[in-house]
Amino acid sequence: MSTTRRDKVIDILLLALTVLPIVCCMVLQILCKPASEGIDVTGAMIYFTIPMPLQDLPITESQINSWAVVLTIIGLTLFLTRRLRVKDISVRQHVAEWIVEKTEGLVKDNMDPYFRNFGPLIGTILGLSAFSSLLSLCGLFAPTSDLNIVAGWAVFVFVLITYYKFKCGPLYYLKGLTEPVAVLTPINLIGEFATPISMAFRHYGNVLSGSVIAVLVATGLQGLSSLVFGWIPILGEIPLLRIGIPAILSIYFDLFSGCLQAFIFAMLTMMYVSGGFPAEEFFARRAKIDAKKQSRR
Amino acid sequence: MELAIGIILGCCALGAGMAMIAGIGPGIGEGNAVASACEAIARQPEQKGAVTSTMLMGCAVAETTGLYALVIAILLIFVAPGMFVGILKDALTWIPTL
Repeated sequence: MSTTRRDKVIDILLLALTVLPIVCCMVLQILCKPASEGIDVTGAMIYFTIPMPLQDLPITESQINSWAVVLTIIGLTLFLTRRLRVKDISVRQHVAEWIVEKTEGLVKDNMDPYFRNFGPLIGTILGLSAFSSLLSLCGLFAPTSDLNIVAGWAVFVFVLITYYKFKCGPLYYLKGLTEPVAVLTPINLIGEFATPISMAFRHYGNVLSGSVIAVLVATGLQGLSSLVFGWIPILGEIPLLRIGIPAILSIYFDLFSGCLQAFIFAMLTMMYVSGGFPAEEFFARRAKIDAKKQSRR
Repeated sequence: MELAIGIILGCCALGAGMAMIAGIGPGIGEGNAVASACEAIARQPEQKGAVTSTMLMGCAVAETTGLYALVIAILLIFVAPGMFVGILKDALTWIPTL
């Protein structure tokens, strides 16, 4: 099978779809963001606001960046899954198969067999979260260090958890709230709503604390270098100590912590969804319904 | 007026620092978790993957309380001073004698 020119052009277009959104975000940031001196810890910048009847809808940096991440992931997946074959597979098919096998294995290990088709969702959460956190490597504002974005994901997971808790009907769910003793119902209710809040705060706090510490360290190194090298005429103007040293922190905070938080968010999603699902009761009821149908025949 | 704003800023910074005392708890907890994980890996090296992923999960859950404190500290540093100074200025507009 030889690659034709059309295939190559489509490959290049998909690669461009992968890279271009991030480049566009960088250009937009350079054009719009005012230059800053010293310590500068700000939230997401508002690019423009759309007037809405109830309240103005601000389009912020984190939204634009997360759209770019979505486009990048779409481009990457389309690029990886092009020209799939059964025999003598290419490198990119190996990569795609590795990703699919890993996520499926994760779902198989951590969830009930009832959720065996959860692989794509968990893969999406992993990819979106990891790519959003890794966006700070390009000097962009990481969407995960904005509470609104992460809270949106957490609310989505909360809806999913509650949907699977309701699988045996609302009465069974309400009965589950009064266990083990009826007095503990308020605490159970608080626990129910604490799940999305703690998930959102965990992810957001980890990423944000990394960026805050990075800014503080960079500013401190600037002061230190002006203290040490300040007496040299021309070189003293350049913050020499800022070159390279913050990168060591960046390895932990951007690479390791970003990927770890994505993994933890996906793991917690799996555990909460699988743990909230009343599996025994659900299958017992289903067996009862099947038996009734059989007897009716 | 300057004194009032100074007290507000100083108290916000103090509160942020005191909130981060909560960092001790997760530190001890995660240290215990990692120590136990090391022991478990030393006893059964073939279970390294499972032990490591369970340890990371436990660390993440233990970290949550520290992150609550971090969020409160960040709110106190970046959000609260502006809010309190705004409230003070609003109050001064309708109590001119202060």
